[in-house]
Amino acid sequence: MSQTYDRGTVEDFGRWREFRAGMWAWIFHKFTGWVLVGYLFTHIAVLSTATASDPTVYTNTLQGLEELLIVRILEVGLLAVAVFHILNGVRLLFVDLGMGLENQDKSFYASLVVTAAIVVASVPTFLAGV
Amino acid sequence: MAEHYSSFDRGGTRWLLQRVTAVFLVGVLAFHFFLLHFVNHAAEITFFGSQARMSQVGYFLTMVAFLVTATFHGVNGVYNALVNQGLSGTRKRAVGAVLTLASIALIAQGIRVAVAMTDLL
Repeated sequence: MSQTYDRGTVEDFGRWREFRAGMWAWIFHKFTGWVLVGYLFTHIAVLSTATASDPTVYTNTLQGLEELLIVRILEVGLLAVAVFHILNGVRLLFVDLGMGLENQDKSFYASLVVTAAIVVASVPTFLAGV
Repeated sequence: MAEHYSSFDRGGTRWLLQRVTAVFLVGVLAFHFFLLHFVNHAAEITFFGSQARMSQVGYFLTMVAFLVTATFHGVNGVYNALVNQGLSGTRKRAVGAVLTLASIALIAQGIRVAVAMTDLL
């Protein structure tokens, strides 16, 4: 027998005050999703320099951007956003399959910890040579 | 226990495609990030390096599939988020049309860029 369970309106952002792991997972997944789709459009725009007749336009644009510290820092941010979205996305796929629902809060915390570990370990690679 | 919440129309085609593309993107996004930041460092990327990668048929097809699935997954996600927030009626149809056109434009430009990088054609 299924039971109904009133969890309020998930769209009500005011609920963040009553801390729930699932609510924060939902907010973070939305936020990282918006960032990633925004980046996708920007990424294709920058790579469009490859359509210039002179190949150095593409090379100089990418290497010029990589010389800027702010770009390297933003790349670390992008990595954090992408890794969290991937890990939490896997968590959501399992939840959608009805697996691990009772541990959905723990898997959210695991997503955060693993994201932090990967990002911290990647910082030297991202900042190398700037 | 039925503590299930999904913002999607369960059983719908877009609901399923959002998840199928998610599974594909988990692997390809991780591969893309790893290849272009850890194997090849972004600061060392040149047109001719990109051309060498994009001129492999398997890589080219993977990147085009990446572009199409990421665009669908991202734009469909934005659309669902807006519908969740109460978008309806004429505004919903207008937003749907704008997002569809933006998706088509992004995929067309992305393929144009991929073709410009390759020496396959």
